[in-house]
Amino acid sequence: MTQSVDTNPDLPKPGYWPWYGIFCFLFLIGSQASGLLLSVPDRDMGHLQKIMYVHVPAAWIMSLTFVVVLYYSFRYLWKQQENDDLVAASAAEVGAAFCGLTLVLGMIWGKPTWGVWWTWDARLTSTLVLFLIMVSYLALRAFIDDPHRRAQWSAAVGILGAINVPIVYMSVKWWRTLHQVQSMPSTVDPMYVINLRLNAFAFLFLMIYFIRRRYEAARFERAAELAVQAAALGRR
Amino acid sequence: MAGISRKQVWMIVAGAVLVSAFGWLLIGGLDKNVVFFLTPKELLAKGNSGYEVPVRLGGQVKPKSVQWDDKALDLRFVLTDGAGDVSVHAKGAPPQMFRDGMGVVVEGKYGRDGVFQSSSLMIKHSNEYRPPKAGEKPQEMYKTLIKGSGA
Repeated sequence: MTQSVDTNPDLPKPGYWPWYGIFCFLFLIGSQASGLLLSVPDRDMGHLQKIMYVHVPAAWIMSLTFVVVLYYSFRYLWKQQENDDLVAASAAEVGAAFCGLTLVLGMIWGKPTWGVWWTWDARLTSTLVLFLIMVSYLALRAFIDDPHRRAQWSAAVGILGAINVPIVYMSVKWWRTLHQVQSMPSTVDPMYVINLRLNAFAFLFLMIYFIRRRYEAARFERAAELAVQAAALGRR
Repeated sequence: MAGISRKQVWMIVAGAVLVSAFGWLLIGGLDKNVVFFLTPKELLAKGNSGYEVPVRLGGQVKPKSVQWDDKALDLRFVLTDGAGDVSVHAKGAPPQMFRDGMGVVVEGKYGRDGVFQSSSLMIKHSNEYRPPKAGEKPQEMYKTLIKGSGA
């Protein structure tokens, strides 16, 4: 029997999530405004230092997103529940976006400060590899029709991609690179640290919001797919 | 929950193999000697094989060694890692952050005349971010950038 997508009680309800979304964007506007307007220009970089307030949180939250992908990929392989696959896929999509943001802002920052848009050092290369794995994860999903097989293969690629996160993080310590090692509170002025943390929270809230809403959409997509299938079978 | 199927066991084993293979790669397999650039000391230690081959060289701009000809856009300075010094010659304006004591990576070849001919110059920034001290002015890089783009 076909069940209308609207009345299906199993499907997630928006609930308070839209309000949470409004909060997220207001918080982001506030934290970015604080970074851009209140933070004093850096002695070497001037105002360009403020790219930090997007580049660094995007990189942190991207790493966290891939931990979510890792967890739900393993969980799918263990329990074979479709919803776990949909959470992993939603997180992968959000993570790929944050990873792309990290790369693009890194390039925009690199050109005026380092003098080059791009160079093949270990940090930049490993981040690009991570980005490409996550993009191929998303492409792969479009190519496999069978939901179970799609979930299995995605889980494998998702785990593979997530394993890259510690490599990206450690790349500046293990290898001699152009990209500097991680800053610490002792190497960064307290005012910059506060703004950095504020924006990191803004990105964290956004990540949760994006994954949730993407997951809701994914559930509806699946329900629509199933409804189409059921209708086709019913007609025969 | 129902018992674990044979297929699930297979998937878990495959996952575990994958993770341990990567772990092994991380701990032992990867070449820890992958370097983006050599230091002056390492380049000088290469002796004859260090000349006239494309290489990246990184270090600090030795204070008071910078000679900049803004008419000919000709830049000469000494790159140092504390243990060795190499003279560098570059054409064109360096990035705005170039100054005494700054970390720099140059691409090019070390000539037999003892001068490194740089074809590309990159700044290696430290992980420190500070506002200027009292009396110091921050670099107004965005202004020089706009100026530089018109030249």
